[in-house]
Parts: sequence; structure tokens; C-alpha cells
Amino acid sequence: MTTPLYSIPGAPQTAPPAPAAPAAGGAVDCARTVNEVLASSQVEAVIEELDRDLIGLAPVKQRIRDIAALLVIDKLRANLGLARDGKAVAPSLHMCFTGNPGTGKTTVALRIAEILHRLGYVRKGHVVSVTRDDLVGQYIGHTAPKTKEVLKKAMGGVLFIDEAYYLYRPENERDYGQEAIEILLQVMENSRDDLVVILAGYKDRMDTFFKSNPGMSSRIAHHIDFPDYTGDELLQIAERMLAAQHYRFGEGARGAFAQYIERRTRQPHFANARSVRNALDRARLRAASRLFADRDRVLTEADLTTIMPADILASRVFQAPVS
Amino acid sequence: MMTNPTGRLTQGQFSFLPDLTDDEIRLQVEYGLKKGYAWSVEYTDDPHPRNTYWEMFGMPMFDLKDAAGVMMEMTQCRKTFPGHYIRLMAFDSTRGVESIAMSFIVNRPKSEPGFGLVRQEIDGRRMRYTVHSYATDAPEAERYAG
Repeated sequence: MTTPLYSIPGAPQTAPPAPAAPAAGGAVDCARTVNEVLASSQVEAVIEELDRDLIGLAPVKQRIRDIAALLVIDKLRANLGLARDGKAVAPSLHMCFTGNPGTGKTTVALRIAEILHRLGYVRKGHVVSVTRDDLVGQYIGHTAPKTKEVLKKAMGGVLFIDEAYYLYRPENERDYGQEAIEILLQVMENSRDDLVVILAGYKDRMDTFFKSNPGMSSRIAHHIDFPDYTGDELLQIAERMLAAQHYRFGEGARGAFAQYIERRTRQPHFANARSVRNALDRARLRAASRLFADRDRVLTEADLTTIMPADILASRVFQAPVS
Repeated sequence: MMTNPTGRLTQGQFSFLPDLTDDEIRLQVEYGLKKGYAWSVEYTDDPHPRNTYWEMFGMPMFDLKDAAGVMMEMTQCRKTFPGHYIRLMAFDSTRGVESIAMSFIVNRPKSEPGFGLVRQEIDGRRMRYTVHSYATDAPEAERYAG
């Protein structure tokens, strides 16, 4: 670099000092107790919200609490200068969510992004949700720019790759998915401070995926398995969903729905909370046509918000013989 | 002769200041992202003032939330073209603006030979003047070898 021939007014003779990196919050920097960190980052509130809003998922919640605890302790260590260069050595937080459909993988990913953001682990805390189509190109030389573009968009936040096992197609050895995986691995390793990658998919297929991509498996620190919901949990979820839409179960409807869940779980293609949501949507349809049929009736608020047992019992699930 | 007293190319923002550090660049990029600009990286070995369109290094980066992506692209461009001029540009896609809102140089060759004034005599002994970059006297691959 050629030095300027003139002096800049007010500027020091040497190179100007680098401005301090934007701190996550003034109070965090001198905190000495767990409570101080928690108070300033408000991560407690997010975790409580997670506990309250998500039913079941005990192992998932436990793991999230562990991660949050680690990050809080890391921050305390950094404040005492215990970490290298006075800066916390970022733990690898790439995760893999496995579980059956409808077990809340996407929902939890959104929450994780918020927790990591509050703890100052990711800078922006947004979630970029992608599938194979967004990463893999259609012709030679298309994949790398496409994958990189997505990665750049996700930086400072969380990259959520749904159905990640589709990235690798063993039956086609010229598939571009492999190229996407390689770029992904490289960025996951080199820009650990910049982004957190969360893979999601069904358990068995993810296992096959990791078997054929051992590099991917070893770079992911947290493999979290989402258990199926129990019938009771599904019923609670149903009530939550109805309450959110200003509906409620009428007399006997809750029991009917419990029966519905019991029968539905035994049928193929059961997708946990998603099936519950679909069932409720259909029940709402039936409730609507029930009210629609009676044209002269004055409808009260209770009429308009109640799901009756008949709306649920009309389901096709009850017509099939219990096997 | 250089077109200014600093002895170095002055185009875009901050070009009369000492080179920005990476942290300072990051802050500028963050500022642009906060304004909703799309950043892009461009490079050239011909810094003539009228050379408006430099070569694009990859596509403009829309919908970014964090400067890390731009910094990654810039680092890659510096690695690929260590002896070229590299600039970051912020495109404001707002309706009615649709133009470059920020632009500054982030990489320069080690030596900048500057520009010469070329005089051409035309009919009636009138003179025509133009600016010529000494760097472009060398073939493309050999510019800024120093």
C-alpha cells in the first residue's frame, strides 16, 4: 500500500485502531454469576416458553437446556479470561434432528435459533429453511454457486435443511448432491462462528445418509432424536391448537378425539401433531357445514366456537374396523 | 502524474483515507445490509476513471442478514486476485433509486503506477487530451507484478 502523501486531520500517524466489535450487551461482559448472564440475555424466558408451548419432547428440551447452560458458562469463562484469546472458543453447535413426521423438528429449530441469538452465539438469529432443491443445481457448475448463496444468506443465523437425506442419492453417482454436501461441510468447519447448520429428517433415512457421509456425521455434535408423542400428549396438543384458533371441544368431544387419536395412531401414515392438525381442520369443516345446514338459527358465540363430538365421530377413521 | 495528491487511486468512498481494516469493512457492510442494500464484489486491473463496469466476482448478494457472507466472498476474491483492484458495491433496489448506493475499494495492488496525460495534436494544431493508465501498458497478466 502506498502511504498517502498528506496527513489526515485528526488521524493518528499509525493505522487507526480497529473499532471494538459490537458487544452483545454491556452487562454480559462483566457478569460473574449465571443469574447475571441469564438476566441480561433473557434466555430463561425462551426456555420457559419452550417448556410451556411444546408438549412432551423431554429429551429434546433437556438437550437444549444443556446447550444453553454450556453457552452461559462459556460466557462466564470468557469474562474471566479463561478462554483462548479472551474470546470464547465457539463450541460446534451443528445439530441433527431425527424423528417421525410431525414431531416438532421445524418448530424446535426456530426456537433454537432464538435461544442461540439471545446467548449471543449467532449474531442475527434468523432461520433459513431449505430443502434439496435450494442447494443442488440442475447442471454442471450450478450447484456450487447455489449452495454458497444459500449459505451466505444463512450466515449470522441458522440454516435448517429439511429432509437432508435427499442431498445424497447413492443410486446416481453423477448426482450433484455430493458437491453440495462437500461445500456444506467446508463452510460448517471454517465458518463455525458464522452459522449453525441443523439437519432434519426421518431417523432411518438419516442413519443411511450418515453412513454414506461419515464426514458429515462427525462434524455434527448434537444428534437429537425426537420421540413420538403419546396419545395424551397429542390430546393436549389438539387443545392448544384449538385454543389458538378460538375453538374448544364441546361436551364429549374431547373423549371422542381421544378415541380418534387412538384409532388414527394404528393406521398407516400417522404423522403425529400434523395428523392432529389435519383432523382438527376437517372437524372444523364438519362443524361449519353442520351450522350452515340450519339456516334460521341464531348462532351464539358458543355455537361458533364449539367442536361437537359428532364433528369428530364422522371421521372416516371411525368407519374402518379396528384391527 | 496521478489525478490527485495521494499517489493512489481515489475512486468511491473512503479512498482518501488509509485502507479500511477488515473490521471497518465489516461495519460498513453491516450498515448497508441494515439499509437493505445488496452487496456485490467486483475486480479489475484497469482502474481508468471511465471504466465504470468492473468484472463481477460472483452474483450480487441479495437477502443477506449478516456481513459474514460478504466478507467470505471478499476474502475469496482477494485470494483469487491479490494484485487487482477489488471493490464492494451496495445496490439499493428501492423503487425510484435502483442504483449503487455505496462503493469502496477493499484491495489495491502493491504499486499503483497512476495515470499519464496523453496529448494528441489534431487539425489546426488544436490539442486533445486524455488520461491513460500506465498499468495498462503491460499485458493483462503482467499488470501490477510488483
